[in-house]
Amino acid sequence: MELIKAVEAKQMKENAENFNVGDTIKVYFKIVEGATERIQVFEGLCIAKKHGGLRETFTVRKISYGVGVERIFPLHSPRIEKIEVVRRGRVRRAKLYYIRKKVGKAAKVNELITSKK
Amino acid sequence: MIGLIGKKVGMTQTFDDSGLLTPVTVIEIKNNYVIAQRKADKEGYNAVLLGAYEMKKKRVKKPYSGQFPENITPKKHLREIRDFDIDCNIGDKLGIELLEDLRFVDIIGTTKGKGYQGVVKRHGFRGGKRSHGSKFHREAGSTGMAASPSKVYRGTGMPGRMGAERRTVQNLRVVKVDKDKQIILVKGAVPGRRGGLVIVKNAKKKE
Repeated sequence: MELIKAVEAKQMKENAENFNVGDTIKVYFKIVEGATERIQVFEGLCIAKKHGGLRETFTVRKISYGVGVERIFPLHSPRIEKIEVVRRGRVRRAKLYYIRKKVGKAAKVNELITSKK
Repeated sequence: MIGLIGKKVGMTQTFDDSGLLTPVTVIEIKNNYVIAQRKADKEGYNAVLLGAYEMKKKRVKKPYSGQFPENITPKKHLREIRDFDIDCNIGDKLGIELLEDLRFVDIIGTTKGKGYQGVVKRHGFRGGKRSHGSKFHREAGSTGMAASPSKVYRGTGMPGRMGAERRTVQNLRVVKVDKDKQIILVKGAVPGRRGGLVIVKNAKKKE
């Protein structure tokens, strides 16, 4: 297992994990169209993180024109330019799949308020 | 033919330059030693006998240790590789650098044992309906005809022990060869459990 970790370590990004489940995040994702390359921003609520090591992925959910859209990104993908946290959320579970069935106010995640020290 | 003894470490993924993920199996190939040579004029075929991985000293029995050349400690695993392309002498140390220029490899391993399995899993029978009044679910059904031929043909699929067999996977792409760590990454799956013995050969049907 140490060997697997060593193989993965080379490709892992440092400080890739600057967000948590429940946060609203902006994912700057590189899109290659033939020869040109552009960056697309996907903004939404992070509802799950899965796997570990290099294989870690996260799911971002947003409502686009009234339709729920979910996208799964590999956390360590070189095509992710950066991840920006828009808003921290206060949640009590690791997977927010229940949000899919909620509409309106019930689908809201409260903001995480941390006390200043 | 180039062949080396290795161990399956496990699976992971790698990103390529364009950001695409490739599933890879990590195989560790530590020092292989040439234990003996088989020559066509004596044994009837050409091969080298490779040995790998150290043994615990108390497990080495005298008759077993007798076959090893003097300067080499007894090895746990011995495999003959037929028609070895690289010139080597008894006692030589072979390593992963032999595989460096290869683009495709064949990998031989022993599949995981599945135990006693039915015909659906073992032979790919389709089985029956699970519901709608069906009473025929995963049975084998009929195994033959009638008074003629009044026997069950040999090779008819029946339940039994499955797995733990030698299997070769051909044409696996070499993703990376890491000389420092003595590992090779190949695309896709390889037979056997983690830690299982595998033989890595150059691909027979490519290049």
